[in-house]
Amino acid sequence: MTEFSFWDILRNLLLAARWTVVLSLVSFIGGGIVGAALLFLRIGGRRWARLLSRGYIQLFQGTPLLMQLFLAFFGIGLFGIDVPAWLAACVALILWTAAFLAEIWRGCVESIAKGQWEASASLGMGYLQQMRYVILPQALKVAVPPTVGFSVQVVKGTALTSIIGFVELSKAGSIVTNATFQPFTVYGLVALIYFALCWPLSKSSQLLERKLDVAHRNH
Amino acid sequence: MTYQFDFGWLIDSLPVLLKGIRITVQLILIGAVFGVALGIACAWVRALGPKWLKPVVATYVELIRNTPFLIQLFFIFFGLPSLGIRMSELSAANLAMIVNLGAYSCEIIRAGIQATPRGQFEAGASLAMTPFQTFWHVVLVPALQRIWPALSSQIVIVMLGSAVVSQIAAEDLTFAANFIQSRNFRAFETYIVSTLIYLALAILLRQMLAGLGWMLFLRKASR
Repeated sequence: MTEFSFWDILRNLLLAARWTVVLSLVSFIGGGIVGAALLFLRIGGRRWARLLSRGYIQLFQGTPLLMQLFLAFFGIGLFGIDVPAWLAACVALILWTAAFLAEIWRGCVESIAKGQWEASASLGMGYLQQMRYVILPQALKVAVPPTVGFSVQVVKGTALTSIIGFVELSKAGSIVTNATFQPFTVYGLVALIYFALCWPLSKSSQLLERKLDVAHRNH
Repeated sequence: MTYQFDFGWLIDSLPVLLKGIRITVQLILIGAVFGVALGIACAWVRALGPKWLKPVVATYVELIRNTPFLIQLFFIFFGLPSLGIRMSELSAANLAMIVNLGAYSCEIIRAGIQATPRGQFEAGASLAMTPFQTFWHVVLVPALQRIWPALSSQIVIVMLGSAVVSQIAAEDLTFAANFIQSRNFRAFETYIVSTLIYLALAILLRQMLAGLGWMLFLRKASR
């Protein structure tokens, strides 16, 4: 019977937390790219594209992330590929993140006054030019605080990947608990590590929001 | 892809699925009622409550909002017994959902309360209402009406998040799906079906909350 010191527990959890960070970054960046594509479909001119994107967003926002993980895990397997947990985790988290980011960003684009679209159209700009030179530069400013705020959800979402067997912070917590029989300490520490990852993001989102609000009032 | 889809197991598994749906619905109903009540209590503390309690509530809200629900659940179910607090899987799941929704709804309701003009507190006081009466009639109800859509979305999010309570063997819909797929080896089809059930539940819950909001606020206003 090996004895585990507090330091052993903490060190193992921190090592596993690296994978939580990596997975969060991959999901957030990948989700941002897919989300931007969805956004262009969602607010573009074509009707079928709008419907498709809307359906996608509703589907992913209306079902549990855990189910999406299971479906990615077993769904990719149907193609005869031996699916490692990290692949299913990345695919599901990217698709899930994309749905939420697209919806957040749509709100930001729609907050830009309609006159801006009309003014840029009257200058002879095409859709992509309007987006590139007029709408996005303004919408991006509005989009920063909620996007940073959503990154907290992504970090917390990665905890679910432990269920399909990806070894990140939560899974490490379960493994260490099974070895040490100290669930109170271990899960307490796991929670604190998540808190240390998420809280700075939450706080900076709040600060950014306040800063932006001031900028708005000075117009 | 040469995979043959098979949904023949669905008929035999229907009772298990229905039981899972029942537990999930039960969890979210209890969680929503007590979670929002806890949220209102916390919002009251943050707006008008005793000074010493404010940092306690603020810490609770920040801790819950910045940690995953799964870990909160594990902490309650596996961690608390070390302190002598033991409970069944369902109670632990319920408690975790209440604690989780309580923190989120506190923030949402607080935002609604902050939007109440200062003068309304004073107007209430000048009508000889007690601080509690002012809070309830003048501040809370309009605040709830203002933030009802946000609160509804949060309740739906908690319902979808409740899928993870299967991990402590609370027998909800996901637990039923796991059970069924371990018998029929049709994992993909089983999870597709349960995902669609979750989608239907989410749409239904959203509609019900919209209806409830109309009953609580708009009908009153139109009378």
